[in-house]
Amino acid sequence: MSNRTVKTIIMVIAVYIVLFILIKFSIINPYWHQILCYAGIMAIQALGLNLIYGYTGQFSLGQAAFYGIGAYLSAYISKTIHTTNPLILILGIIAGAILSGIVALLIGLPILRLRSDYLGIATLGFGIIMKIIFDNADAVIPSLGGSRGMTGIPRLTNFTWVFTVFVLAVLVIRNLINSSIGRALVSIREDEIAAEAVGIDTTKYKTLGFVIGCIYAGVAGALYAHLYSFLHPANFDFLKSIDVMLIIVLGGLGSISGTIITAIAWAFLLEGLRVVLPEAILDWRLVIYPLILIIIMLVRPRGIFGGMEFKFLKSD
Amino acid sequence: MSPSILEIKNLTKDFGGLKAVNNFSLSLNEGELVGLIGPNGAGKTTVFNLITGMYLPSAGSIKFQGREISGLKPHKIAQMGISRTFQNIRLFPELTVLDNVRIAHHYHTHCGLFHTLFRTKAFHQEEKELTQKAKEFLAIFGLEGRLNEKSKNLPYGEQRRLEIVRALTSAPKLLLLDEPAAGMNPFEVGRLLELIAFIRERFRLTILLIEHQMRVVMGICERVVVMDFGEIIACGMPEAVQNDPKVIEAYLGKRTTVYG
Repeated sequence: MSNRTVKTIIMVIAVYIVLFILIKFSIINPYWHQILCYAGIMAIQALGLNLIYGYTGQFSLGQAAFYGIGAYLSAYISKTIHTTNPLILILGIIAGAILSGIVALLIGLPILRLRSDYLGIATLGFGIIMKIIFDNADAVIPSLGGSRGMTGIPRLTNFTWVFTVFVLAVLVIRNLINSSIGRALVSIREDEIAAEAVGIDTTKYKTLGFVIGCIYAGVAGALYAHLYSFLHPANFDFLKSIDVMLIIVLGGLGSISGTIITAIAWAFLLEGLRVVLPEAILDWRLVIYPLILIIIMLVRPRGIFGGMEFKFLKSD
Repeated sequence: MSPSILEIKNLTKDFGGLKAVNNFSLSLNEGELVGLIGPNGAGKTTVFNLITGMYLPSAGSIKFQGREISGLKPHKIAQMGISRTFQNIRLFPELTVLDNVRIAHHYHTHCGLFHTLFRTKAFHQEEKELTQKAKEFLAIFGLEGRLNEKSKNLPYGEQRRLEIVRALTSAPKLLLLDEPAAGMNPFEVGRLLELIAFIRERFRLTILLIEHQMRVVMGICERVVVMDFGEIIACGMPEAVQNDPKVIEAYLGKRTTVYG
């Protein structure tokens, strides 16, 4: 292990311990604990989309649908087995990841053969279909709740879970990007024709990137379902996909650091403003994001952290 | 007589009513350097796109080392040993010079997802070899000082050179160069021709070279094929082709005698 690796590991553990203690002694109250978890979940989801769009250059508007697949499947499992054993969450995460991955493969394989933005349209359509399925799911499986929402999911997600999965997610994407496979993905974004001409099977790698990115969404969804113990189809419509898209564009396409920082800032700003702003102009906070986006695109068209990366996220 | 490496027979490509390439036949011998010339719009680049699988031929066959390759995906053809450069340079602009070359070596890497995610010894070993090899290649072409520069920031001439390095990295047997001298001044053209002659020797390549400036090809090609309106109008030694009335007509127009 190199010096830097050891330093990074120590730093990660330190961050964990500090936050854990703050939560344990209620210095971070349960409300902000929940938001901290939500921020981590958004970051995992955004890392997935960054792999699809930021690195591989495939425009996808379906992230929330895969998020929903992970959420509903894992919630269904823990509700049906009816246990509060935290290990059921692992099962839920794995199941959510697998199903999201399989669905992504089925959608990606036919579409990713094509160039340009067909994936955007197809995933948009897929997102709308999934929303309708979630809305009407109670007709087939009553426990999914349909448009009334799904209740009674055990509240299992806590900071430790989110932090562990988040660290793994960052590690996987870092190792993937700084490798031959990662270079193949990026070359597709840069110039698909040239990538083919140097012998890269672009369909295979586009599909690989898409599937892994959707698995991230599925995993994030499973954590989300067990955080609020309530699921509603409106949380998975395509506008939620746009939120994730916003995060990665703001943070800088193809930047892991940017995605993480922006996702966390996004979650905290959204909730923080709820506390800070007076009642009368509370709804205006939803105007602030588009405004930030417009300003950032004018001032820093490549995103806040475009092209930048923390040292420990770079390859040696 | 060396065996033929590329065998094109009656190749045709039409876009709607337009026959971009019509009944094109060509055989390349191993180690040969052949020029493909013709006026703008003659169909030269279309021939390249057909050989490399970017377009599907409407009719005809392309055999590479005795194997039929028409209908194969471009990356398969590239993996079999046909490399190309593009008329309007196609690098990976946001990537470093080193990565541009390392990508081209992708097909020869064997570490899968498992080794990559767990950073095994095999992964580090392979990555090291890959980088070493890419650096060696870049050094041959005088680009070793530019390793970590984004390729889009290189001057034009170096971008052209980098594209050739990238094409060579995947260890091709046949190299297709699409107007490598485009946009270069006579001095740069001279250096480019030296470079081409050098890589041909060093990597024992067969080269097919597109050019529309006659004088560029005359110097180095053993054989020249002239195209116009999608068809071959002349073929042979450079000097003979140069004086062919059909070729002169294609380039300059028909000779008419005006009686006083």
